[in-house]
Amino acid sequence: MSEPGQQPTNGTATYRDAVRAGIRDALIRDPRCFLMGEDVGRYGGCYAVSKGLLDEFGPERIRDTPLSESGFVGAGIGAALGGMRPIVEVMTVNFSLLCLDQILNNAATIRHMSGGQFSIPVVIRMASGAGRQLAAQHSHSLEVWYAHIPGIRVLAPATLEDAQGMLWTAIVDPDPVVIFENVMLYNMTGSLPVEVRPVDIGRAAIRRSGTDLSIVTYGGSLWKCLAAAEALAEAGIDAEVIDLRTLRPLDDETIMASVRRTRRALLVDEGWRSGSLAAEIMARIVEQCFWSLDAPLARVCSEEVPIPYPKHLEDAALPQVPAIVEAARRTMGAK
Amino acid sequence: MTGATMDKPHLTRAHARELLHQMQRIRSFEEKCAELYTQEKIRGFLHLYIGQEAVAVGVMQALEPRDGIVATYREHGHALARGLDMGRVMAEMYGKQEGSSRGRGGSMHIFDAAGRFYGGNAIVGGGLPIAVGLGLAERMRASGAVCVAFFGEGAAAEGEFHESLNLAALWRLPVLFVCENNLYAMGTALRLSESEPEIWRKAASYRIAAEAVNGMDVVAVEAAARRAVHSLREGEGPFFIECRTYRFRAHSMFDAQLYRQKAEVEEWKKRCPIRMFGDWAIAAGLLHPDEIEAIGHEVEAEVAAAVRFAEAGTWEPVADLRRDVMTPGEAS
Repeated sequence: MSEPGQQPTNGTATYRDAVRAGIRDALIRDPRCFLMGEDVGRYGGCYAVSKGLLDEFGPERIRDTPLSESGFVGAGIGAALGGMRPIVEVMTVNFSLLCLDQILNNAATIRHMSGGQFSIPVVIRMASGAGRQLAAQHSHSLEVWYAHIPGIRVLAPATLEDAQGMLWTAIVDPDPVVIFENVMLYNMTGSLPVEVRPVDIGRAAIRRSGTDLSIVTYGGSLWKCLAAAEALAEAGIDAEVIDLRTLRPLDDETIMASVRRTRRALLVDEGWRSGSLAAEIMARIVEQCFWSLDAPLARVCSEEVPIPYPKHLEDAALPQVPAIVEAARRTMGAK
Repeated sequence: MTGATMDKPHLTRAHARELLHQMQRIRSFEEKCAELYTQEKIRGFLHLYIGQEAVAVGVMQALEPRDGIVATYREHGHALARGLDMGRVMAEMYGKQEGSSRGRGGSMHIFDAAGRFYGGNAIVGGGLPIAVGLGLAERMRASGAVCVAFFGEGAAAEGEFHESLNLAALWRLPVLFVCENNLYAMGTALRLSESEPEIWRKAASYRIAAEAVNGMDVVAVEAAARRAVHSLREGEGPFFIECRTYRFRAHSMFDAQLYRQKAEVEEWKKRCPIRMFGDWAIAAGLLHPDEIEAIGHEVEAEVAAAVRFAEAGTWEPVADLRRDVMTPGEAS
């Protein structure tokens, strides 16, 4: 698989293609499945994920919605209650704040407050993350807000295989699933599996094995961490890189097993530092692995600033490879 | 307020008795709830429906078991009129595991899968998109079923109200919007919250068939609901009924009612839907005073049995605290 940001070439697929293939597969396999959201039909999706699907499946199943996040996400929840399997696309995580009421107060809650009478098999997809100079209302990483909520499952596919496979796994899940697609991954190229297989979303994946420290990350930051691990290897530091894949529930077992082996951990998270997912994982490591640690835990998160527009400032606000390398070296006690 | 021409309620003696009986069940159940609240058997928020019974009872007459219902936090009346067992509803008020939501929801979150009763939504306006989605599911499956959303006039100020009306109209969904205009959004009078106090006009602006009816008149409500549901089943798109009604009791048990005059409440009480309909049915020769008395005894016995059922109910073990967060077998 190639680095994110690389242009697609003939014979290879992009992350965007992988998501589209996952949606297409779901629509073919389950007649209860449909896609709705802003500009998913005629426009082809804000990030061109659903391009071509309207022609193939028609306007009933590829449903353009008005700009009514709360209305159409709530309608997705209602349709799921009514026996359908909706995939709802919210353009970006920033817009999802307009439907947070529906996701938290209804999707995540109805099963519980009905005493288990109703499940809500809705899939809500949204883009998140910065790097395209879209400034402070289109660039944030609020995954942790969703990962805070009991009653929903939160996924962050970082590879083509996951982007495609997690879609189907999410569709067959009887509970609400929120999927975050990092905007910098859409152009990433790779090859798609010929046959769509459901992926096990319960486990984090070790994307690079190593013995000196565990770098725990997810989504768009995975590729930065892998690049950092290569740079560290040149300096004689052998980093293990864990892709969380599922942000709720967290796979403590995989994380702790790795940290017990390497005795050092670095968390990399595009969310703001305060109250970040990194913070939650650090707390869990302290709770469960304190006596295995040889060094203080470290993290690289976004700076506490709304994402700025100019490229140099946007870059400076986000976790970047040099900062990850630097933090890893400090954790190893190296300069 | 339009003339009933289609699917008129057929007011047989049996039907008149049924309407009165259902309204009286709600009234007596809730009077008992108020009493139990002062005894601290029922806690949390308790929003009584007393005064508005004609709306839930009237609308339910037009529905079939296959139709879905979304209601608000003031939903005891809708649940009972839909046919939920009174004992299970009372047990829910107590928080007992024999309750309709196994006690997890309480007064504001009564659910029932068998009755297609989707809550019990305590975020004003929050149930409307759900109703749109249920309507969408029926439309996509061409099931012929409809969905009804009950909400107060306070919801009309929420964005979700407008988003939902637009979506339902745009996609011609079989959704019946029933606005229970009781003139107060908690304590804020309609005239202080709406630039257009005729709520049905907002629906009309979305090209939804809309009308206002006397919500204190159960027959008028039933007639409007039957017309509406007929139109929905014909595939004519959504329908909107504004029921002009009044809440006789406080917003919740914590409300000192500083925002309205006692004289206003007394004036509305003269239009009590139960008494008005009972008097009318006697005058029309549809019911005998003895029958009305018999209904009273019947309901009293049902309420007493419901209280016994709730009292005898059990508390869910704390060990089960985390159940029903995710579907069993799935990790939480």
